[in-house]
Amino acid sequence: MGAAAGAVTPRPRQRPLNWRRTRRGSVPYLLVAPVVAVLGVVLAYPVYSLVRIALERYGLFELIRHHGVYIGLANFATVLHDSVFWHTMLRTILFAAACVSLSIVGGMLIALLLVRVSGFIRILITSGLVLVWAMPPVVAVQVWNWMTNVQNGVLNYVLTELHVGNYFQHNWFASPFSQLAMCAMLIVWGALPFVSITLYAALSQVPHELVEAAQIDGAPFWRVFKDVTLPVIAPVVYILTTLSILWDFGVFTQVYLLIGQAALTPANYLMSVYVFEKGFVISDYGIGSAISILMLVTVAIMSVVYVRKMLRVGEVT
Amino acid sequence: MRIRLRGRLGWNAVGLLLFAVMVFPVFWMISTAFKPADEINSFTPTWLPGSPTLRHFRDALALPNFWADVKNTVIVVLVAVSIAMVLAFLAAVALAKYRFTGRKLFIVLMIGVQMIPGAGLIIPLYVLLGRFGLVNLTGVIVVYISAVLPFSVWTLRGFLIGIPKELEEAAMVDGSTRLGAFVRILLPLVAPGLVATSVFAFITSWNEYIFARIILNGGSSQTITVWLSYIFGSQRATDWGELMAASTLIAIPVVIFFLIVQRRIAFGLTAGAVRG
Repeated sequence: MGAAAGAVTPRPRQRPLNWRRTRRGSVPYLLVAPVVAVLGVVLAYPVYSLVRIALERYGLFELIRHHGVYIGLANFATVLHDSVFWHTMLRTILFAAACVSLSIVGGMLIALLLVRVSGFIRILITSGLVLVWAMPPVVAVQVWNWMTNVQNGVLNYVLTELHVGNYFQHNWFASPFSQLAMCAMLIVWGALPFVSITLYAALSQVPHELVEAAQIDGAPFWRVFKDVTLPVIAPVVYILTTLSILWDFGVFTQVYLLIGQAALTPANYLMSVYVFEKGFVISDYGIGSAISILMLVTVAIMSVVYVRKMLRVGEVT
Repeated sequence: MRIRLRGRLGWNAVGLLLFAVMVFPVFWMISTAFKPADEINSFTPTWLPGSPTLRHFRDALALPNFWADVKNTVIVVLVAVSIAMVLAFLAAVALAKYRFTGRKLFIVLMIGVQMIPGAGLIIPLYVLLGRFGLVNLTGVIVVYISAVLPFSVWTLRGFLIGIPKELEEAAMVDGSTRLGAFVRILLPLVAPGLVATSVFAFITSWNEYIFARIILNGGSSQTITVWLSYIFGSQRATDWGELMAASTLIAIPVVIFFLIVQRRIAFGLTAGAVRG
């Protein structure tokens, strides 16, 4: 590093200050190389291999032989002609849309509430949210299992006591809709802390004078929110929404464990579960890979927008 | 003034209700773990354990493979996080302190990679790890390293940028070498960020389920999340007390660590795109 820097800067006083000029050459590439190598081996190579397997007949026999049989686009043709695929895709999109809207709207309401409550209550709620945030998903699934348990789950008890209806021994896992609704509840519960705390942080960036001025002018709450608050926090809302879409579209753990392996049927598949079932239950890795690719392409299209936004963040700082 | 005060009281009441609803599942887990069996199986639940007992915790700790799988998880997580942190730190230094061709591409890669849903890569990873005889804990370590790398690079970069250049420059003006400035000035300043990022990577790996489930595929060694999902899975009648005690025990390290780093990492989360 010294030689190149010395040649460029004759005045030694300036040398240490001239960062951009001194820090050229191979050093940054050497620093980045290990990460690139690891991601290349553990991500790029599997992606390549995913494409290969998708173009092959690859079942248990081929898995043991470590070698598939090339069959062109036949797997994709099978998948795209399978109504289960299209139903699963549609179901996943609707499921993700429901989870995302509930998380963002709910998170926004909580954030707005946090602004209004007194200091002690705010600390209490925030601590509670952080506690929920910290719960491992697998643990949360077990708690949900216990709370929605058909025999004496506390959810049935509370709903009956509140006179919402007679939920004595109500089975929340009787229909695909109800099963997925339980999963959505669990996912939204887990997502609310992140969304609301981030939105609350964003709300504190909104200039106080603007809100007060609008209120003094007699603007109703909704107008103040829409015309003063929302424009300021819009970038954060945007990032949170995109992230939630991507996460909820690819969710696996909560759905797989809460519904339970035994109760999974084509009627309640979501994309990730569908890939898992095709690959690891039916052992048709070729078809499973084709579905994975279609799923990844869908996610890639959705995330292009997000990555571009984040890139701008990366340039500013 | 009075109207405003009354309004605030109303909001406080709503806030308390929200707190109760959000925290309830966690409360219910802990409360159940301490209840004797007859209180758990009763059709009219009691909110707090009437006669608290530690029996379920004792039983949970004695469940087959609990300690072995905790040990597996600790080893996997420690090895994966230590390796990932060293690699991520180097890359973060490059991103924060250097401009170079391909920097933008690298950032896109770091952010884009995090968008990939794990389920999309389970099949090729399983097939490839099988080919190299890595369908075991080593395979899980390899996958976890790459899983935590992108957000670690991104978050560490954020911490490094926060360090004023002048400090480092001052050290060099005083005759320090670049390495000396790095070790004596940069490293101590970035240490809290490094700790926070490692803890977050620790939590992510500790909580991970799908890759462990697939790579270890029902073998004798499991990670603790897979253990928890299996332990009562096959039985019809679940011992809820034991399950909640085990759940509490598995959540405790994560919750403690999370509470320590949450504040520090919260901003980086939005930037680094990771959810707990």
